[in-house]
Amino acid sequence: MVRVVFPQHLLSVTGGEREVEVEAGNFRELLEALEARFPGSREPLAKSAAAVDGQIYQDAFLEPLEPGSEVFFMQRIEGG
Amino acid sequence: MAEAVDYKVIGTSPIRPDGVDKVTGRAQYGADLNLPNMIYGRVLRSPHAHARIKRIDTSRAEAMKGVYSVVSGKDFPEAEHGEIGGEGGGDISDLAKNIMARDKVLYHGHPVAAVAARSQRVAEEALAAIEVEYEVLTPVLDLDTAMASDAPLVDENCYTKNLPEKPDKPSNIAAVMQLGRGDVDQGFEQADVIVEGEYRIPAAHQGYIEPHACIANTNESGQSTVWCCTQGHFEFRAMTAKVLNMNVADLKFVASEIGGGFGGKTVVYLEPVAVLLSRKAHRPVKMMMTREEVFRATGPASGTHIKVKVGARKDGTITAATAWMAYEAGAFAGAPMGPGAMSVFAPYDLENFKVEAFDVLVNKPKVAAYRAPGAPQSMHAMECALDELARKLGMDPIDLRLKNAADEGTQAPYGPKFPAIGLKACLNAAKNHPNYTKPLPEGAGRGIAVGFWFNVGMQSSAEVHINENGTVTVVEGNPDIGGSRASMCLMAAETLGVPYEQVRAIIGDTESTGFSNVTGGSRTTFATGMAVVRACEDIIAQCRARAAATWGVDEDQVLWEDGQATPAPGVNADVKPLSLADIAANAAKTGGPLLGRASLNAQGAGASFSVNIADVQVDRETGKVDVLGFTAIQDAGRAIHKAYVEGQMQGGAAQGLGWALNEEYIYDANGVMQNAGFLDYRIPVASDLPMIDCEIVEVPNPSHPYGVRGVGETPIVAPLAAAANAVRDAVGIRIHDLPLSPPRIVAAIDAAGG
Repeated sequence: MVRVVFPQHLLSVTGGEREVEVEAGNFRELLEALEARFPGSREPLAKSAAAVDGQIYQDAFLEPLEPGSEVFFMQRIEGG
Repeated sequence: MAEAVDYKVIGTSPIRPDGVDKVTGRAQYGADLNLPNMIYGRVLRSPHAHARIKRIDTSRAEAMKGVYSVVSGKDFPEAEHGEIGGEGGGDISDLAKNIMARDKVLYHGHPVAAVAARSQRVAEEALAAIEVEYEVLTPVLDLDTAMASDAPLVDENCYTKNLPEKPDKPSNIAAVMQLGRGDVDQGFEQADVIVEGEYRIPAAHQGYIEPHACIANTNESGQSTVWCCTQGHFEFRAMTAKVLNMNVADLKFVASEIGGGFGGKTVVYLEPVAVLLSRKAHRPVKMMMTREEVFRATGPASGTHIKVKVGARKDGTITAATAWMAYEAGAFAGAPMGPGAMSVFAPYDLENFKVEAFDVLVNKPKVAAYRAPGAPQSMHAMECALDELARKLGMDPIDLRLKNAADEGTQAPYGPKFPAIGLKACLNAAKNHPNYTKPLPEGAGRGIAVGFWFNVGMQSSAEVHINENGTVTVVEGNPDIGGSRASMCLMAAETLGVPYEQVRAIIGDTESTGFSNVTGGSRTTFATGMAVVRACEDIIAQCRARAAATWGVDEDQVLWEDGQATPAPGVNADVKPLSLADIAANAAKTGGPLLGRASLNAQGAGASFSVNIADVQVDRETGKVDVLGFTAIQDAGRAIHKAYVEGQMQGGAAQGLGWALNEEYIYDANGVMQNAGFLDYRIPVASDLPMIDCEIVEVPNPSHPYGVRGVGETPIVAPLAAAANAVRDAVGIRIHDLPLSPPRIVAAIDAAGG
């Protein structure tokens, strides 16, 4: 299972759930599993950055996930 | 600290390849190009900070001799909502309306029309002939007013985002954000000492020396070429295409040299206007902002109002922290309150914290990125609060930070656990630095502060061409702002095993190289550097294959060492090593020219931390602050070009000190900026500052082949609080608001009884 944590600004798409565990072997599957659980979540989640096991990805679409992986969705970082 | 690695060229400081042209004036900046039949575009700007446009009559201007085209909001396509994409984010509709007002003007200086004429003088005369009728509205000019429930609305269609449900009424609060962990009430109950502070920082401009400039040349089929001063020509192309509803393929963008950007040149202002004027005029149109236009109508960093509360036990362990922060967005949503909220407590390992952040509309220019957008303001508040906490606890301020410092495995306040980071290494380097312990002159003060920035990766492309004599041409798509050509050459030379002097780097236009996101986010040396390394590895693989073909052995029997192909140990071949030049000379026999390519979406940009030490002397009669010494310590991961890393650290320190001590936007009651020029908006000059001492800490980023972390943004974060804490140390009074300008310091000293 992969542990997934949502920030405050995405709680509206998860019905207020802050943390869930889902079965997924990669990030694409994770988005699919979350869409099944929280319909309408795919687009806002796909637009977010995500930290996978501590590493921040602006777009994690292709990243593999291991059992026990932690995924934190977060606002995309801009820069100057 | 970094393990010793025996690099040949990485970490050296060769002369930049573009240096001679820049110091002799040959380099072509945004305004330097001239084309045959070129005409000049100028912009008519709003005299009001908030008004409804009732009528625009351009007929007199259009009839003037020498005027070729006139545009206003009605000439632009309907501004559709949608994401701009790329590095900057934001809404296309807002971007389009910022470039040219439609039904309302939202800040003093907001464009309402533009003309192109045979000379700048004629263009100015034509602007004067345009009639605009306004219904003047009440401007919203500060955060307190804007956030009041009965405030006039900057945008009647703005409903606060990120709330559980869409609010019933519009407001000036465009978005909110919350972060938190643990139980802050319980945490504060456990504290022996609590400090609270409220900090206000006015908007400050990036202060790039080169104003925005471009030329657009549109042909009869509607295709345009745009030469411009930009941090990212690919993203400028994308923005222009979206604003004008054009096909990206019909736009070619060429980046000029750039005289500073610091985040402010990641967004278009002139380019779509120039394309439209050129399309109507059938001539190339050059547009150049004046310095006054840069101040009045391009994005500064947000003005902020931030409250911080921190509690700690007697041993210095922080038990709880809260922050409330409001960021001015300007006329359109999109202040960097998110990064501000995520960075405010980032350096510390906190069990209990809560952050609330607000993105607030005001009738001022739309803010733009400025080095580590959002972090200098929020971290100034926290680092000042920690200084007060250290005083109350009687602790050394570095020891207090070491006690609470984040390290590998610490759960960052914004979510994930940190990988290897260099904060403790920087704090220890500061503590051991002679500048931290050397005696201060009588009456002087010393302050320290920590800085942080996330850094980003994003998309980059690179090609490496091997010329027929074995010299190397690197082609990439990031405008060179801080010396990136040299850094790319160093990484290519190191990877290929050839001398630095054998490598040249060029910046391709949007039709001659692959896509790259902007030069920003401290990403270029990290991400584009990674693409260059991968492209060089592609070359090496090809060279091994060609050597194998030449020698009649298998590819895996060929090694690449010190810039040449050599047979692997035990290979029974009586051959001499083949250098890059040897292989290039025989390229026709082995498959044709050597071209290596790489494109990637770089991940794993390592966070960068810094610690600054500021020494100041304050004249208590005049309030003038003299910076006696300033020490910048920062984790670069790996410094590819040592002098340029130091240059980033010194430049960030200079800009941060300017923000701390002098820089501010001053508005009158009507929302008109009163100091729109460098005489009255005072950035530091060389005589204002001492030599900035630098110490580069190297905790390599495991995600980059050479361990690079971005270094461009972190340097501006800590100087604000370092300076403020030094002034506090010198005068014995905490002055919460910036800048610490002479009038503010004198007033504070007078209020405290002299």
